[in-house]
Amino acid sequence: MEGIIGYGASIPRNRIKVEEIAKVWGADAPSYKKGLLVEEKSVPSPDQDTITMSVEATKNALKRAGIDPREIGAVYIGSESHPYAVKPSGTVLAEAIGATPEVHTSDFEFACKAGTEGMFVAYGLVKAGLIKYGLGVGADTSQGAPGDALEYTAAAGAAAYLFGREKVIAEVLETYSYTTDTPDFWRREYQYYPQHGGRFTGDPAYFKHITGAARGIMAKAGLKPADFQYVIFHQPNGKFPLRAGEILGFARKQIEPGWLVNKLGNTYSGSSPLGLTATLDISKPGDMVLIVSYGSGAGSDGFVLRVTDRINEVRDLAPKTRELLEKNRNYLEYGTYAKFRHKIRKAD
Amino acid sequence: MREVAIIGVGMNKWGELWEKSLRQVFTEAALLALDDAGVDKIDSMIVGCMSSGLFIGQEHLSSLLADYTGLAPVPAARVESACASGGLALRTGWIEVASGLSDVVLVGGVEKMTDVNGNEATFALGTAADQEYECYHGITFPGLYALMARAHMEKYGTTREQLAMVAVKNHANGSLNPLAQYPFKVSVEAVLSSVMVADPLRILDCSPITDGAAALVLCPVELARKLKKPVVKIIASGMATDSIALSSRKEITWIESTYLAAKKAYAMAGKKPEDINLVEVHDCFTIAEICVIEALGLVEKGKGGQAVESGLTALQGKIPVNTSGGLKAKGHPVGATGVAQAIEITKQLRGDAGPRQVKGARVGMTQNMGGSGGSSIVHIFERG
Repeated sequence: MEGIIGYGASIPRNRIKVEEIAKVWGADAPSYKKGLLVEEKSVPSPDQDTITMSVEATKNALKRAGIDPREIGAVYIGSESHPYAVKPSGTVLAEAIGATPEVHTSDFEFACKAGTEGMFVAYGLVKAGLIKYGLGVGADTSQGAPGDALEYTAAAGAAAYLFGREKVIAEVLETYSYTTDTPDFWRREYQYYPQHGGRFTGDPAYFKHITGAARGIMAKAGLKPADFQYVIFHQPNGKFPLRAGEILGFARKQIEPGWLVNKLGNTYSGSSPLGLTATLDISKPGDMVLIVSYGSGAGSDGFVLRVTDRINEVRDLAPKTRELLEKNRNYLEYGTYAKFRHKIRKAD
Repeated sequence: MREVAIIGVGMNKWGELWEKSLRQVFTEAALLALDDAGVDKIDSMIVGCMSSGLFIGQEHLSSLLADYTGLAPVPAARVESACASGGLALRTGWIEVASGLSDVVLVGGVEKMTDVNGNEATFALGTAADQEYECYHGITFPGLYALMARAHMEKYGTTREQLAMVAVKNHANGSLNPLAQYPFKVSVEAVLSSVMVADPLRILDCSPITDGAAALVLCPVELARKLKKPVVKIIASGMATDSIALSSRKEITWIESTYLAAKKAYAMAGKKPEDINLVEVHDCFTIAEICVIEALGLVEKGKGGQAVESGLTALQGKIPVNTSGGLKAKGHPVGATGVAQAIEITKQLRGDAGPRQVKGARVGMTQNMGGSGGSSIVHIFERG
């Protein structure tokens, strides 16, 4: 059965704490920490971007899959921070991992769900028998305007998934997508930072689509919350995925292994995919896992996965997500962070 | 002047009604009020709305709403007195019926506030303050009321906890009101640890941003009796204005416009504060309720905080204040608030207020206020 044959993560080592951002804007750090359930977030270095993190995450996925990259038939990166407006990110990734030239490549964009979109299509092509292996990556160096509530969470990270038919780590038992036209968050061309609808991003946007997709995929698969060991929801802040879990009837222990946001921030297209890499790191054979992404605009993709015996063979072949999150951290002051994130601009 | 009765009330649940437009929100409330009154024809319509222009880019509301409620070509007027627009609509409708110009008048209030972001809403609400002398310097409404709160604390020893108790009381009442935006209880601790907005006011001291509408049908008492409707009489309407800039007031802890509006209303009704069984007041911030119950003469000057702490204004207290949940829990779609206050009193005087019913209520009062007290409108109602 088709499924995930390799997975890998990439998280920058730089961090900035909520207190450090709040200090600059005269904001009340405890209120933000309590309101968002976020303590710190990752920050990309000046040389890190969606492409470099995608390469690192994919190399980790390849270590676990142990396949010849030349047999990868599709390379998809989902991101809302592709370094170029015109020129694909995927071609650089495909070249860097040695998958060119016989490969289909495309960049996806759908706010925070672009990563699972790439996964969805890569998996679909494998299942259709058009390609042997497919790669879907979710990566972002997400943008939050200085002083905006988003600045406390907009983080960087990537997760890569290789799909195939043999040596499967986690079988894909079901997929589902739930989409409407809901303008809760957007960034127009030539704008540096996104705008959002404030509280509108909650009930009619995130919760409607997450719960719609979760209920839809469980109905389609004939499963209920208790049938899963683990569940991952998109994590724009700490509270939203926990509340989504409560609404749907999942226990905190099902959510927590993949709940990284309090120390990582919101890695946008990388958010739920990184939750899944962290969850696979601790999964046992036979475990059932549900992942539901969310992208503003708006839509959710869901996957029902069943972990196989092979997880025990590949788990330790590449860095684990929690290790990347917890080790070797470098805390930045706001000034350095502002420089790294290109928030300081010289006049032409 | 003719005696005027309220014979119909209409209101749907308030909240963040993203899936509805202003005209829909208003029309639903208006039709409920017409149904409740059992009339299918009116002579005139008055709409209170503070700032549809800034919130949804739509003016000329009177005709728009007459059209969408199917009531055109009746005469219709939109009135505005900032957050007291609803109260002014009621007063205007009352004048029209009392004077004999019209027999049946639909009075409505509406505001659609969530189609803009928080900053835009703050700006729109800020237009109720003095643009040249207040807003120019960067202050917003939470800041103005924070100044009033700080001054009240300094002058009268009102405590931070007493402010919180206003929110706790109103949320407890609101938890019994299914139409409230936030029908749940909060604790003093929750208020004190909520996000700071403008020291000393925290987010749970502030009324929310709300979409909502409310509507009433008025007619002469004589006609109401013929229609065999439960009669709630409007026995007084008082209004007064003051400088809209807080800095121009003699005392920033005293709301003179409310005091003067109440004085006129008490005289017109032939009632004293102790004759009033329950009151709906304009608690846009917790400090506002404390200042207002003082200006209405329900408690001594400076004793508003203690009154809340002692339970005097609780649902089971001597003079229940904001049984509906007030602006704090019920929500505050600014133009609709004054009309909704009258709906709560009407329900209470009819004995229809369910679990929050004040037993034996005969006389009720509403106080609706524009800005930081630049206008106040007080109505007194009696079961007929």
